[in-house]
Amino acid sequence: MSYEDLQQNFNEVFPGLTNQEAIEESNRCLYCYDPPCIQACPTGIDIPTFIKKIASGNLKGSAKTIMTANPVGASCSRVCPTEELCEGACVLNHSTKPIMIGNLQRYATDWAIKNQQVLFKPGKKNGRKVAIVGGGPAGLAAARELGLLGYNVTIFEAEKHAGGLNTYGIVSFRLPQDISYWEVKQVESLDVEIKTNTRVGKDISVKEIMDNYDAVLLAIGMASVPNLGIVGEDLDGVYDAIDFVKETKTKPISNTFLGKKVVVIGAGNTAIDGATCSIRLGAENVKILYRRTSEEMTAYEFEYEFAKQDGVEFRWLTAPKRIIGNEDGKVIGIECIKMKLGKSDDDGRARPIPIEGSEFILEVDAVIKAIGQSRYNQLIEEFQLEHNSGVVKIDQQTYQTSNAKVYACGDVIFGKGQGEAMVVSAAQQGKDAAYAIHKQLSKTSAETA
Amino acid sequence: MADLQINLAGIQSPNPFWLASAPPTNSGYQVQRAFDAGWGGAVWKTLGDPILNVSSRFAAVSFNGQKVAGFNNIELITDRPLEVNLQEIYETKKRFPNHAIIASLMVEPKQEKWHEIVKRVEDVGVDGLELNFGCPHGMAERGMGSASGQVPELVEKQTYWVKEAAQTPVIVKLTPNITDITVTAQSAANGGADAISMINTINSLAGVDIHTWNTIPHVAGKGAHGGYCGPAVKPIALNMVGECARNPRINIPISGIGGISSWQDAVEFMLMGATGVQVCTAAMHHGFRIVEDMIEGLDHYLDDKGISSVMDLIGKSVEKYSDWGNLDLNYKIVARINNDICINCNKCHIACEDTSHQCIDMLKDETGKGYLQVREDDCVGCNLCSIVCPVDGAIDMVEIPSTLPPMTWNERQAALGAASCNVDVVNK
Repeated sequence: MSYEDLQQNFNEVFPGLTNQEAIEESNRCLYCYDPPCIQACPTGIDIPTFIKKIASGNLKGSAKTIMTANPVGASCSRVCPTEELCEGACVLNHSTKPIMIGNLQRYATDWAIKNQQVLFKPGKKNGRKVAIVGGGPAGLAAARELGLLGYNVTIFEAEKHAGGLNTYGIVSFRLPQDISYWEVKQVESLDVEIKTNTRVGKDISVKEIMDNYDAVLLAIGMASVPNLGIVGEDLDGVYDAIDFVKETKTKPISNTFLGKKVVVIGAGNTAIDGATCSIRLGAENVKILYRRTSEEMTAYEFEYEFAKQDGVEFRWLTAPKRIIGNEDGKVIGIECIKMKLGKSDDDGRARPIPIEGSEFILEVDAVIKAIGQSRYNQLIEEFQLEHNSGVVKIDQQTYQTSNAKVYACGDVIFGKGQGEAMVVSAAQQGKDAAYAIHKQLSKTSAETA
Repeated sequence: MADLQINLAGIQSPNPFWLASAPPTNSGYQVQRAFDAGWGGAVWKTLGDPILNVSSRFAAVSFNGQKVAGFNNIELITDRPLEVNLQEIYETKKRFPNHAIIASLMVEPKQEKWHEIVKRVEDVGVDGLELNFGCPHGMAERGMGSASGQVPELVEKQTYWVKEAAQTPVIVKLTPNITDITVTAQSAANGGADAISMINTINSLAGVDIHTWNTIPHVAGKGAHGGYCGPAVKPIALNMVGECARNPRINIPISGIGGISSWQDAVEFMLMGATGVQVCTAAMHHGFRIVEDMIEGLDHYLDDKGISSVMDLIGKSVEKYSDWGNLDLNYKIVARINNDICINCNKCHIACEDTSHQCIDMLKDETGKGYLQVREDDCVGCNLCSIVCPVDGAIDMVEIPSTLPPMTWNERQAALGAASCNVDVVNK
């Protein structure tokens, strides 16, 4: 496999609808009244309206309808589990087949990207300042709404680019960085300042932010993949899936995986990304190890299908016990143990129990860890916010944390039975948090007046 | 297998599907291909003078991605010499003696011109003549086509001149660009026409290019009105056929033309009084091969209905076509929604709410699931909801038995008139 081939492997998998396909599909939409697809979208995009606008050739209007409701609507058109959301709710499921809402959304937003459209103008400045910590989907969505409302918004972003998960965490062949960059630019066009390469707590102090802004929104998402807690995790060839995917999006494509045997630990969407990335880097064999069964895995159905088609093997009821290295400190194998399912845990998922004596060793060259994400607990502590193992506690109505001046949204409030982990949910939370901030600040300005 | 043969004013053809006088019947090659494909007859593209045309000529009207919902042209009559056409008609008739070949004719409104051309085309063996009093563009500016067809006296006179010379049946093709087509239809009948055909194309402008601001089509940046045809004109044609068929003063056969694309369309035209149909746009859209389905579909339809000859269809719906004043004012239907089939797109609700009588309620059942219900007392039976409904069977229009006896407007007026007379008598 040539190096060019490897690079090609990271081009977007699905080329998008052709003009003709989009016209045909958009004309198939019934233009329902009060349709379930809108209700099924966490950001409430007026789906029939944006589809009608595609049918009429009003692509700018279509993109604007989408992006008004969802500031990361271009990314969501690629990563949303549409069959569970809009397309799953389409009334045509009951007669023919659902409208390809995700693909049409991508068609309209791709048009706007390709034609370098700027869809929004900043609102009349109201003199108030809001700091947003974290420039991922939730932070961007909040910044967009606050920008429209006339706030002076500053986003503090630790990475080189804003966009968060969309920029760094989702594989290029599903979501190229250009898409995320365009969404960031749409937010910047509202006079939102994005201070990149700025890690709060290190490059700027929490106090400085707290002192200089009328409100602070914490949208810091989640951190790296936690340790497995087994021997050999520090060996050369053990990767954090988040970092692994990020490398493929930020650095030239590596050929070090050519012909290698890879295992991925975990069966969420990030595990799928790690596995499919490995295949595309030329790995000879990629296995996903999961200690439960396909029933319990958290990856979306379409992700699972995609991985299977890419040739990823799935080993259910299998847990890693230790990672084995050679004298050079390189991974050469992994010892696993077979599991069986016991009674359900608190979260309703069956608890896996090791089967004694079922240990076996797999020869591998790399191990990718994808067992969830840890939290930025230290930063949360610095803001002195109440939290539950890193899940910041909020008032569900006002998005306020235990510090009334600090609001929180996105993955930082996801977990422990609170919220949802989808990009589209983060976007909606960002919008809602922005409205909550606006409501509170408008109230205080009314009081002082 | 039903008998599909027709006899239109003495012109026999193996089935009722003829190609109309138009680009598809421009040459012997084309007409012979059409007969090979199964068409029962062809009206040869209009013969006459002069031989000229422009480029481009056609335009189509598409709707919601559906191509050629309507079609428009600024083409003129044949652009081939008369001798060539006559030779090819002769050869085609010899190869297909049982198929109908009708010559469409258009000349200046002069007696000797008509006499001359009628003689020449009959000499090569045509089965009939069709006088083109309909083409709305180009020729009309020189007093031919619809310029003649819009003047009842000219229609009558020219028909008469043709009949003076003709040995074969004469069909007069009428223009729809007129206030009341029954007037010119009657003129044709008065002039001795053996049949009439309708409709020719309707004055139209297919579109304007919103980028160049040119008309569609345009000839070097300039446009002119053309003739409209295709599926979009079918309702207009069907009405004109019906109006003529139910008019007792026009007692001659009708050849139906206008947006006929399927066997169902043909059945509709024949039920409304046409003896056979002429097709053009559908063939231009799909080629001659479409006739196979038209013939088979018609045959199966007739078998299913137990009808042995297609001629038995002719005019069966004419007596049902009347005037508004003869409609029963006490007849009532209402919409009824079948929620087992309904997919809850709610299009009926919003159509009724915004544009009709606000009688479809969006409700929730005890499980919170949405459903729709018609308040039948408020429903006027307008059909709009069932028209916009995308799912077959989700909305039925059902008859509500009336407590009142049938009463038409005309009967009501007559009754009122009688009543007022009685009052007058009493007052006296």
